[in-house]
Amino acid sequence: MTVNQLEIDIDEWRAFVAQSPAVDGADMEELEAHLRDQIADLTEAGLTADEAFMVAVRRMGSVDDMSREFAREHSGRLWRQLVTTEREEEEETTSGWVPALLFALAAAITIQVARVAAGFPDQQASWFVLNASLFVLPYLAGYFAFRRRLSWRQTLVTLAPFAVAAVVVNLYPFIEGGFTELFDRPLSDTEVLVAAHLPVLLWFVVAYPYMNGAFRSHEKRMDFVRFTGEWFIYYVLIGLGGAVLVGLTVAVLEPSGVDPELIAEWVLPTGSAGAVIVAAWLVESKQRVIENMAPVLTMVFTPLFAVMLVVAAVVYAASGFGEVFDRELLGVFDAMLVVVLGLVLYGISARDSTASPGWMDRIQLVSVVSALVLDVMVLGAMVARIGEFGFTPNRTAALGLNLVLLVNLAGAAWLSARFLTGRTTFHRLERWQTAYLPVFAIWAATVVVVFPPLFSFT
Amino acid sequence: MHPATQDLTAAPATPLVLTILSEGESYGYAIVDRVRELSGGDLEWADSMVYPLFHRLRRLGYLTTEWRTLPEGRRRNYYAITDDGRAALAGRKRHRVTALQALSSMWGGTPWLLAAT
Repeated sequence: MTVNQLEIDIDEWRAFVAQSPAVDGADMEELEAHLRDQIADLTEAGLTADEAFMVAVRRMGSVDDMSREFAREHSGRLWRQLVTTEREEEEETTSGWVPALLFALAAAITIQVARVAAGFPDQQASWFVLNASLFVLPYLAGYFAFRRRLSWRQTLVTLAPFAVAAVVVNLYPFIEGGFTELFDRPLSDTEVLVAAHLPVLLWFVVAYPYMNGAFRSHEKRMDFVRFTGEWFIYYVLIGLGGAVLVGLTVAVLEPSGVDPELIAEWVLPTGSAGAVIVAAWLVESKQRVIENMAPVLTMVFTPLFAVMLVVAAVVYAASGFGEVFDRELLGVFDAMLVVVLGLVLYGISARDSTASPGWMDRIQLVSVVSALVLDVMVLGAMVARIGEFGFTPNRTAALGLNLVLLVNLAGAAWLSARFLTGRTTFHRLERWQTAYLPVFAIWAATVVVVFPPLFSFT
Repeated sequence: MHPATQDLTAAPATPLVLTILSEGESYGYAIVDRVRELSGGDLEWADSMVYPLFHRLRRLGYLTTEWRTLPEGRRRNYYAITDDGRAALAGRKRHRVTALQALSSMWGGTPWLLAAT
């Protein structure tokens, strides 16, 4: 075998290995160098180029195993690649859109049955809204249990929290309260809080089947974070498209005498429920094909938010809160912290963990620190007036969320500063975020389970 | 046992790599070669599997890497152990010795077992 033939063989091997999405350019260069060194050693030992190539390739190991090991280590790469191989496309069509459609239909049917039973929106039964996430999210969990081929025991573990939540939420004796806007009877504050936090809690329950039951794995938690970001964006896009569709349908059919409200009643809940699973299916099937959107948005908005936050921090530091302060200010700052956390998380999720600190990391740190400064100022002002306000369920929930986010961002800022000065690895930042995820789940569970009895169901 | 099915992130791989690197910096092929040499040909890995292991160790801060250009124009990625890596290695060595001591005392005190550490 001539040297030319050897080069051709090595090229073929390289092309074959490079199909794996988990192996990037630098890895490929290393692997090829390794192969050449091996071939050189073997030819020196007396083998022909032909034999040396075969032995060397065999010693490198099977490409499938190689792919798998690289993929285990670099699960992030599986999310960003722009090219799928034919092999992978075959794998995906076997468990493709049919199960997703079935689960989506099941969710849609359930929600319509419940809606009709509740007489919503005519009678505006509050239990329908309270339980809405319980009608849809179990199907999402079921879809992942099916897709990941969970065992029966694991499936039961997945579904149990839904059952518990359903019992707790419906058996709590909520008192009539002050929320009179939308429903047939005035809702208590705790009931509204439960309705708002229950979907968050159940979302964490869906994480279990998504992660294949390995909820302690750092890599799987990062995968779930990425999934959440992409799912949210797809859901919003589907929602916008759906709104256009419904609007046009109503406009087109109204002249013929069809009642637009009837269309809205039937299409909107069905679409909203089905889209939950359809969006999940889209994320799963596109994760290797399309550049992830959440990190792209993060890259665009991080500098903009950094500017906004710095300006806000300077303004408030200079002028103080004064009369602007009202009781709902904490809620606004909670929203701000959530957005900053989102930017941090999705900045982390897409970043190459081996790269050295860059200007984007510095801008992130600036926005986090500004947000923290703002938040501390707000909390300081609140503490000064605690006598005036007292602890209501809403304020306690807002305060609790604020503290949960504050601790997370403070830790993130501290580790980021250390990373930028070279005293710690990026890995530690990732670990901080994934280790902190259960705190959010516990907080949501606290609001749903503990708050109502704590505040006597007011 | 087919070398490719061995889980490289399991017991022997990491301390072995760290030990080899504590002797001095090296690159992928040389490290695998040394492993083969040290184990007398018994411990055979699919060569490509060390690279995910190197990446993991680098992520954990135990190794640093540096690409260098050789005189012939080729590039090679050199790995060097860090202080964190040395500390981790020392920790694992202690665990190994303790475990082997425990085993050895259970099996009726076979000193040769310790010599194999």
